[in-house]
Amino acid sequence: MSLELRDIHKHYGPVRANDGISITVEAGTLHGLLGENGAGKSTLMKVLSGFHSADSGEIVLDGNHIKLASPDDAIAAGIGMLHQDPLVFLPFSAIDNFVLGSPGSTRLDRTEAATEFVELCDRYGFNIDPDVPARLLTVGERQQLEIVRLLWLGARVLILDEPTTGISADQRAKLFVTLKALAEEGMSVIFVSHKLEEVADLCERVTVMTRGKVVGEADLPIAPERLVEMMFGQAIEVKDRINVELGTPQLSLADVRTASGLLSDEPISLDVQAGEVIGLAGMEGSGQDTFLRICAGMRSTKTGSVSIGGQDLTSNHYRDFLAADLKYLPAGRLEEGLIEGLTITEHFVLAGDDRSFFIDWSKARRRAEAQVDHFTIKGTEASTAESLSGGNQQRLLLAMLPADLTVLLMEHPTRGLDIESADWVWEQLLARREAGTAIVFASADLDELLRYSDRILVFFSGRVLGELDANATNVDEIGLLIGGRTEESGAET
Amino acid sequence: MTRSRLFDLLLPGLVVVVSAVALLLLAGTNPWDPIRLIVEGSIGWPPFGAGSSAKVGDTVMVWVPIALASAGLIVTFAAGMWNIGIEGQIIMGAIAAAFVAREVTAPRPLLILLTIVAGAVGGLLWGLLVGLLRTVGGVNEIFGGLGLDFVAISLTTYLIIDPWARTGVASTSGTDVFADAAILPSLAGSRLSPLAVVIALLAIAGVWLLFRGTLYGLKLKAVGANRPSAFLLGIPTNRFLLGAFMICGALAGIAGTSQATGFHFKLIPSISGNYGFLAILVVLLARFRAFWVIPISFFFAMIAVGSSQLDLRLDVNSTLGGVLQGVLVLSAMFGLGWAGLRVQRRMAEEEAST
Repeated sequence: MSLELRDIHKHYGPVRANDGISITVEAGTLHGLLGENGAGKSTLMKVLSGFHSADSGEIVLDGNHIKLASPDDAIAAGIGMLHQDPLVFLPFSAIDNFVLGSPGSTRLDRTEAATEFVELCDRYGFNIDPDVPARLLTVGERQQLEIVRLLWLGARVLILDEPTTGISADQRAKLFVTLKALAEEGMSVIFVSHKLEEVADLCERVTVMTRGKVVGEADLPIAPERLVEMMFGQAIEVKDRINVELGTPQLSLADVRTASGLLSDEPISLDVQAGEVIGLAGMEGSGQDTFLRICAGMRSTKTGSVSIGGQDLTSNHYRDFLAADLKYLPAGRLEEGLIEGLTITEHFVLAGDDRSFFIDWSKARRRAEAQVDHFTIKGTEASTAESLSGGNQQRLLLAMLPADLTVLLMEHPTRGLDIESADWVWEQLLARREAGTAIVFASADLDELLRYSDRILVFFSGRVLGELDANATNVDEIGLLIGGRTEESGAET
Repeated sequence: MTRSRLFDLLLPGLVVVVSAVALLLLAGTNPWDPIRLIVEGSIGWPPFGAGSSAKVGDTVMVWVPIALASAGLIVTFAAGMWNIGIEGQIIMGAIAAAFVAREVTAPRPLLILLTIVAGAVGGLLWGLLVGLLRTVGGVNEIFGGLGLDFVAISLTTYLIIDPWARTGVASTSGTDVFADAAILPSLAGSRLSPLAVVIALLAIAGVWLLFRGTLYGLKLKAVGANRPSAFLLGIPTNRFLLGAFMICGALAGIAGTSQATGFHFKLIPSISGNYGFLAILVVLLARFRAFWVIPISFFFAMIAVGSSQLDLRLDVNSTLGGVLQGVLVLSAMFGLGWAGLRVQRRMAEEEAST
């Protein structure tokens, strides 16, 4: 079954999650959909599976225009979606899960269904007891259960949203074999992932999305650095780097390792000097977030020490890190930074250093007005945080920072911002840097990383794969490392 | 203002009136008589007329605990917590006050002060327990609170039938009446205690001031609205959650004191009168604004006191009052929510058309 998406638009308020997406998936192909978190992949797949309706655009299945008002419509049309977290009801048995989505509401013949279930499982080499409670199945087996369920319901297009999260390497290999077999039978399989190496392993064709748009399409195999380039953008040659006299180390990690999960393999050591900028590169979820949380004292470590401004704060509380003039600004501006429902004035009061019990509102308002002016925030002192655009939320967050900072940790400082706001953000950060703040930021934008960092740490699969001098590296070298390949290991994945 | 906007504004009131009338018709009476009887039974007819002072006194003394509990609940709601444990906090306040009233001998002003303080402390500790279960043990405050409500209810019954039983009588009707020195001073011929009213009004004003003008209140609001952001700003979120439970518990405990030493003059099994649960509805209806608590609580107190007349006079079961309270609240919330959705939809349409 061939599938065509034409000019799909889906906006959430000012956010253009899908901004004119057109993709063609041929029958019998494994089609990869690659992009960073927030690129709009999930939104597009929710539109395609009837979960959301698009603002505009067309879905064409085997030449027929179809309208999808609900997931029910989608499966009736033959489009099945395997969600990132399999939609399995844990207390139910496998067979109950299997029959749950079938049409009709009165007749339930478990024996007949079980026969078909076992047949389907056999066909794809799955081994699931129909009577076992779903909670006893592994995540991989729950996926298998979902796959046979969707096939049983007549799916001819199968969408898999980040299906390899949380399953073992064995199960992943098995999943890939299944998907290849399905494609050979003529199914169209859409494999959504932000993991470049998986798409490269599995798919025959790939579409790359960034910021709600399709930025590239290619037949596979293709050189991984080309894919990295599509995802992260062509890095412009670095220019106008201002070199700042570096001071004493403000942030020092010595042999730091977490107990389990990301960053638990190899100890990390790093000194960041006053005025230095460190960029963290890598696919999303490769350990950058954990690294920043360790630096902020919000994630405990198993070994090693963390010092801020020369003070050993290992296993101290986050508030001690704050007291040492460290600040951490995570990516979710409205989730971990600003407070919905509170005004700009209230934000400045909370962030300010006036600790008196009663708030002098007229003074607070005057100060907020001055800050709104000074930081050119588009809004008034009475605007609530959620009424501001992304760029202005970022301006507010930067305006709330205390005057003196030893260390500033930031995730995606310019994600989702227009060019003017992005430039403004970096003006502010560079001014901080000149004042002696050590800055560590994670970014998915190679240009930003190369342009503003002194050194770049590249993360891959939960460890630091390389530390690069930003002046002496290039986009190809970073691209290789982001994809998990080091010079020595050649084709390691 | 366009016509549809005006409609949205009136919609909640309209829904309430329609549901109330429908309910009363369904109960087999005309809508007017019960309403008049409730008013007559609570504040007299004509309202506040001659000979109504005892009724008014009762209604005001029902208003006091509802208003105090509501003021406290505004604090926990602001912190993002559903303090279902408020009932238990009222009861523990009443028990603590009863303990002082029974066991302590002191000059009257001092003894009254001690009962109030004891009530506040009792409620505070019971609230703190809910908070600790939540912050240390990860027990959702709804379940923790509900569990502690049952503990408090059972403790009351135990005290009444065993250690504090009336001499020579094994009865669940309550303890012996407290000594006069422990009873809240009231106006002649009524239960109305000016002191209790002043405390309730001060509590409401205090809560208003807390969120209007203090850094503590703003931080509480920040913790309630977005805990991760508040934490990143350096606010000790757990300490603020505990603080909210303690403030609410203390106010609820004073409500319990008022019930014990200002209304029943003894400890009875249902000492809380379910006013804690009622206060949750009051706060939802007041939409967390402190001063609205005053009239809404009074309205609820009127129904609670006035509906006892219904079966005597109208052959309608007096529990109709409770049904009426529930229906009024639900229909008001439905109306408010419906109007809110209509406004949202219109704003979205306006945005789309620009």
